[in-house]
Amino acid sequence: VKTHCRIYGCVEILDAKTKDKLCFLDKVEPNATIGEIKSMFHKSHPQWYPARQSIRLDPKGKSLKDEDVLQHLPVGTTATFYFRDLGAQISWVTVFLTEYTGPLVIYLMFYFRVPFIYAPKYDFTTSKHWVVHLACMCHSFHYVKRLLETLFVHRFSHGTMPLRNIFKNCTYYWGFAAWMAYYINHPLYTPPIYGEQQIRLALIIFLFCQIGNFSIHIALRNLRPPGSKTRKIPYPTKNPFTWIFLLVSCPNYTYEVLGSWLGFTVMTQCLPVAFFTLVGFIQMTVWAKGKHRSYLKEFRDYPPLRSPILPFIL
Amino acid sequence: MSAAAPGTSKAAHSDVAPKKKKGPGALATAYLVIYNVVMTAGWLVIAVGLVRAYLARGSYHGLYYSIEKPLKFFQTGAILEILHCAVGIVPSSVVLTGFQVMSRVFLTWAVTHSVREVQSEDSVLLFVTAWTVTEIIRYSFYTFSLLNHLPYLIKWARYTFFIVLYPMGVTGELLTIYAALPYVQKTGLYSVTLPNKYNFSFDYYTFLILIMISYIPLFPQLYFHMIRQRKKVLGHVEDYSKVE
Repeated sequence: VKTHCRIYGCVEILDAKTKDKLCFLDKVEPNATIGEIKSMFHKSHPQWYPARQSIRLDPKGKSLKDEDVLQHLPVGTTATFYFRDLGAQISWVTVFLTEYTGPLVIYLMFYFRVPFIYAPKYDFTTSKHWVVHLACMCHSFHYVKRLLETLFVHRFSHGTMPLRNIFKNCTYYWGFAAWMAYYINHPLYTPPIYGEQQIRLALIIFLFCQIGNFSIHIALRNLRPPGSKTRKIPYPTKNPFTWIFLLVSCPNYTYEVLGSWLGFTVMTQCLPVAFFTLVGFIQMTVWAKGKHRSYLKEFRDYPPLRSPILPFIL
Repeated sequence: MSAAAPGTSKAAHSDVAPKKKKGPGALATAYLVIYNVVMTAGWLVIAVGLVRAYLARGSYHGLYYSIEKPLKFFQTGAILEILHCAVGIVPSSVVLTGFQVMSRVFLTWAVTHSVREVQSEDSVLLFVTAWTVTEIIRYSFYTFSLLNHLPYLIKWARYTFFIVLYPMGVTGELLTIYAALPYVQKTGLYSVTLPNKYNFSFDYYTFLILIMISYIPLFPQLYFHMIRQRKKVLGHVEDYSKVE
């Protein structure tokens, strides 16, 4: 076997926890990728499709990437890999589509005052406040934009995430959408104190940041050729909305919080919306800090002036 | 719900501590010892207060009033423990500790203090007693652990008493919240109704009912977690010496 493996390349896959020998592959090309090895492993263990396999050199080490090539790894004539089951996986696209369609539909149900939400005498009536109609348009536009971006703009580096995330994420998005929509579309809704001025200002902020957020998504997409998973430093482009890259690593989050949701809060003057904005801000700050840290780790020449999410502050 | 949570999160702390002592520095350890000694003393004061009041009155009724102030002081002081986790001098989860402490603080202030009519209920005595015994054991456990001289008796007590104290405390807590419901509904305590300029509403009565319902999934999880911890910690009696 040893001579065979020296010529043809062999791979053995052990369970990372029990160290049991799960699979032995002979005749593995030296230029085979981890992705291809995962497919071969999948054949002998059909319940573990490639997306739920974590293959590493060390039982407690980091997962190897699908693009890694066998002969470039520090292995001997027989490569020993450790396998961990990541659990049932679901694609990012599926999760995004589900978590964004919910708020869109749910909000509309409250807007049209579908029965059993408010008192029966209000069923299928509409609010007398024009800001309520405006809010519905903004909220719906926001989620339609997100759905379209998921389908046509975003380029995901990970194909999948753990299945349980979809329940967690949908509870968050759908729950908050219902909570906000209940008050904004309530028969006893109170419009903003400063009336038209307040609403107009809020709308301008909202639209400005929707465009800004979209511009960032397009800029990020253009960094990455179709089908690739490369990572590059994003820079300002000719589009003025991207100039914020000079000061911030994740301006998409900046626009989302400072603009869209803050604007929506001011427009509706609704405390639950303020809570949603705050919680979103906290979560996005965590993500932005993580992303900022990865940028710094990966790129020596990363612009030092940039902050993760808020210029100079955070 | 945290009547005998002696270590739902702290269990992790106490079990990790013997194995990997990377723990707090000397100054932090000194501070923690002082903190835990003070808390032990505080709950002893409450225990003594309860016993003395019972002997003086001759009945279980209305003992809450005799220990109301120290109870509020020391239970609220436990909020520091969240800070300890956040700063890192205690290796427990901030979220878990926060949850436990805040649920105690909630019962102390938002239920018992806020709804005067329940203060004379026997259910209050039930959970106060459970909390008192639990905390005396828990804080002395930490004190001795920090000093690296944990008598087996304390360890045993911490991982055994909860079997009775936890259900006892939960029962007291639930009965107290239940007793508070009619008064909350009648007076609209802590509730906000529409219309208002913040377009927000909150019904404290419904909220309390939801809290009671949440005990159903949470209590068994925490209880059985403690039982598993008990097997792990006390199960090695044959292997290690009785006094560490």
